Amino acid sequence: MEGVRRVSMGEMVEVLLPDGARRRGQVIEFSDRFAVVQVLEEPTGIDVRETRVRFAGSPARMPLSLDILGRRFDGAGNPVDRLPPVLPEKWKTIAGTPMNPVAREKPSRPIVTGISAIDGLNTLVRGQKLPIFSAAGLPAREIAAQILRQAGTGDGDPEPPTARRKFAVVFAAMGITFREASFFLREFERSGAAGHAVVFLNLADDPTIERLLTPRFALTAAEYLAFEHGFDVLVILTDMTSYCDALREIATAREEIPGRRSYPGYMYTDLASLYERAGCIQGRPGSVTQLPILTMPDDDITHPVPDLTGYITEGQIVLSRDLHRNGIYPPVDVLPSLSRLMNLGIGPGKTREDHRGVADQLYACYAQGRELRRLEAIVGEEGLLESDRRLRRFADAFEREFVGQGEQGRTLEETFEAGWKLLRTLPKGQLTRIRAEHVVRHYGDGAAGRAAE
Amino acid sequence: MTSEGVIIRVSGPTVVARSMAGARIHNRVLVGEDHLPGEVIRLEADRATIQVYEDTTGLCLGERVEDIGVPLLAELGPGLLGSVYDGVQRPLHAIRAKSGDFIGRGLAAPPIDRERRWEFRPAVREGDAVGPGDVLGTVAETPRIDHRVMVPPGSRGTIREIRAGTFSVLEPVALLADGTAIPMVQRWPVRMARPCRSRLPPALPFITGQRVFDVLFPLAAGGAAIIPGGFGTGKTVVEQNLAKYAGADVIVFVGCGERGNEMTEVLTEFPALTDPSTGRPLMERTVLVVNTSNMPVAAREASVYTGITIAEYYRDMGYRVALLADSISRWAEALREISSRLEEMPGEEGYPTYLASRLAGFYERGGRVSCLGGEEREGTVTVVAAVSPPGGDFSEPVTQSSQRTAGVFWALDPGLAHRRHFPAVDWKKSYSLYIGAVDDWFRETVSADWTDLRQELMALLQREEELQEVVQMVGIDALQEQERIVLTVSRMVREHFLRQSAYSEADATCTPEKGYRMLKAFLSFHALCRDLLARKVPVESILALPVREELERMKELPGEGFREAADGLIARIAQGGGNR
Ligand SMILES: Nc1ncnc2c1ncn2[C@@H]1O[C@H](COP(=O)(O)OP(=O)(O)OP(=O)(O)O)[C@@H](O)[C@H]1O
Ligand SMILES: [Mg+2]
Repeated sequence: MEGVRRVSMGEMVEVLLPDGARRRGQVIEFSDRFAVVQVLEEPTGIDVRETRVRFAGSPARMPLSLDILGRRFDGAGNPVDRLPPVLPEKWKTIAGTPMNPVAREKPSRPIVTGISAIDGLNTLVRGQKLPIFSAAGLPAREIAAQILRQAGTGDGDPEPPTARRKFAVVFAAMGITFREASFFLREFERSGAAGHAVVFLNLADDPTIERLLTPRFALTAAEYLAFEHGFDVLVILTDMTSYCDALREIATAREEIPGRRSYPGYMYTDLASLYERAGCIQGRPGSVTQLPILTMPDDDITHPVPDLTGYITEGQIVLSRDLHRNGIYPPVDVLPSLSRLMNLGIGPGKTREDHRGVADQLYACYAQGRELRRLEAIVGEEGLLESDRRLRRFADAFEREFVGQGEQGRTLEETFEAGWKLLRTLPKGQLTRIRAEHVVRHYGDGAAGRAAE
Repeated sequence: MTSEGVIIRVSGPTVVARSMAGARIHNRVLVGEDHLPGEVIRLEADRATIQVYEDTTGLCLGERVEDIGVPLLAELGPGLLGSVYDGVQRPLHAIRAKSGDFIGRGLAAPPIDRERRWEFRPAVREGDAVGPGDVLGTVAETPRIDHRVMVPPGSRGTIREIRAGTFSVLEPVALLADGTAIPMVQRWPVRMARPCRSRLPPALPFITGQRVFDVLFPLAAGGAAIIPGGFGTGKTVVEQNLAKYAGADVIVFVGCGERGNEMTEVLTEFPALTDPSTGRPLMERTVLVVNTSNMPVAAREASVYTGITIAEYYRDMGYRVALLADSISRWAEALREISSRLEEMPGEEGYPTYLASRLAGFYERGGRVSCLGGEEREGTVTVVAAVSPPGGDFSEPVTQSSQRTAGVFWALDPGLAHRRHFPAVDWKKSYSLYIGAVDDWFRETVSADWTDLRQELMALLQREEELQEVVQMVGIDALQEQERIVLTVSRMVREHFLRQSAYSEADATCTPEKGYRMLKAFLSFHALCRDLLARKVPVESILALPVREELERMKELPGEGFREAADGLIARIAQGGGNR
């Protein structure tokens, strides 16, 4: 656009089409000769001669009050539930401002999800950002739904129910199908979360560009609920791959220098401006926990979307096609999975004294067993030592029994018992990653171990 | 000379202003009504391109840009230790007091507390001739660190007056004959290396407290190391471990484009932890420069320079300083982002063509030096930078350019990290070019056979590698008994010597003495096994020797009495591996 006199960076604009329709846009660059406006809604009908633009004077903002609970918006923040607009208590710019690192509070309250692969090995804590790395056809949303149910009830969490905060869920759909979105909406109803859910829907057939706003509206709502009203907020962002594709589309349209696989070079910074909006603040009761879901194109974890996400988030839950194919649910591949905040949320008084040791030992034995499985494929079972055969069998049992728990949730105790049951198939002396006194306490009489020897 | 211009263009973190004829490259400017801080990075006729250290949202065409006539400076003086700054040295605690839990715009606060008073003890007398680097007096900044107040580079003369007593940092403590007043605080342009008398080759090790580094790939004080690794391979934990346990007087930690929560961890843990060598709270030896991934990119670009300038300043006092940067890749990406806004010709992977020279310039600011000033002083800045290669692929430009300058390459491997083998150091790809320089110290201080043990360990790991290949092809049965022993012992060494959990109370850090004894014990065990085999003892009974579990739990032995326990174990192994 040319001939603009007064314009400011990030300002929202209204694009008036010749047929009277309006589209929203945003100033993303300007000079004394031109302004670059990014149109955030369906651009059809925009022409060069007759389209006019009106400047709003401020960047995109969102009206906020507790009335947003239970409401449903489109990806650009307009109500789509036929209810009147939210009467704002305050307005906030959706881009947010960075939390001062010295104001952050160390997250430390675990969420018991009922999933052993998470609770036992990759504990999730409130205020964490922990994405699910999924791939086409894998059951990421079922897992997300289970975490949502548990986070809402706090069942099994070590803190007493009286210490629990109000709970809210913020859901941002980006480019997912109607079918997938309805799965989540039904899930909110079923778990009783609907009344304290805030839903933003940008579906697969909605304008791509709008997707860049959707998570920002969602996170603005989440921060408001958490830090001004003390809610424990769980934010589900799905699908981050569609978000990144939208980012790429715009970068390409603007003829920017493309980076890896033609995603823009600033994608790390852009994603960080979303993911870093999780956390806890000193002296304020609420928390923002993020559960982004992304699809790894071609199951490739080195693809820029999972790669840059992993570089920003505090770990990842990686789903595996092999486990899924073998009928293991939830198909969590624990080796590449990680929760970096796990250590803050476990141990005596939170989960159990032997948590760290058991997790490390299960990891070590499973990793060895997996390697031996590869070896066995080449040299046959006879090519293995007896002690190695035991580890190989351990790996199978671990996948089947510990990870593959089925739909049923487990309490923390049940998770630990499932772990120890596997460890007892190994000789006691081999469990050197667990403190000796914990082995004494939990290994039992070692009948299984002796049998193994 | 200062000048004033108006904004004619805004694009991302960069602004172009007109009527800036008087400005100079790298000058600090204040942009717009909110006085957003920025720096001139390009000049064409009267147009200045400026990188802005804050979010440019809301800037308008025609708003004013004021050139303040000086470059981006770091403020240096007593009170730096324990501080937490953003990338352009704004004190984050003071900023929080002003704008609350989220960082507001256009905020300024002096980096060093103006109110706090320090007891200054003079070290020169009236009439003394002084020059750059000479120590005018000292301030006990912490019980451990005597802050040496030095004549700033460029000043020289005769002392007309020297004061003693308590002063705030801006009050002059010395006057030169020509009237120059010298306060405790001095300023230095962050993009310029601080001068020294001469550069010296590294000679002493930089003790990290991590066995795999100190034993296999030692770093020298004044050297540079890079830690490349994909996400989750353990770079940050290594950097944090170094900040906690490394043998250094002062630590400058630069959180460059990384996570907020990681900084919180440092901030909440460090005050409660004590420096192993002095028993003082760790925060007292630490300066944090924090520009997280969601804070403005231009300030991220500046953060590593702010950090290394502070590090050089303590080096100039004669201290051993470590500059820990996590991650240098995020700095390079900030550089790339700004470069692309300038529409510069992109080089490899879109990085500007000057990436390699800028990186080299940064690493070269580390080193061991003879400090400026009349009195002999030696100081070091050791640089340890994490590198985050996209997709974990080391062939990318930032890893490659860093590798050319750094003397130590600690490559992290995702396979090891997935198996929870930490530190996930790939011993095949990693190397140290300082071994020749530092081994004398290890041999003299720890044990004469230090170098031999390292070589034996490397040979063992190498042998395991070859044997594994054989096993992969034809199975374990193809191996001779001696070779099976090699596999078992090397697995023990990997699991229980090289692995070192950051979460273990007894083993999070390890002295070279402890590391040496552990290695000695494992290698003696190997010798014992070979010896027993030669005497026709069956492999199964050898592997069932009771000392084995003792070895595997050796790393968890408490520090107190470790030496006696270890020597006892080594002796028992030498005598045939019996029980206590
Ligand atoms: N020495 C160690 N001991 C025990 N656990 C470790 C160690 N190093 C790393 N880990 C584990 O690995 C996780 C990831 O480590 P870290 O955060 O340092 O990775 P990173 O390389 O910095 O990743 P990113 O590039 O994404 O920042 C930690 O949260 C911790 O669980
Ligand atoms: Mg890191």
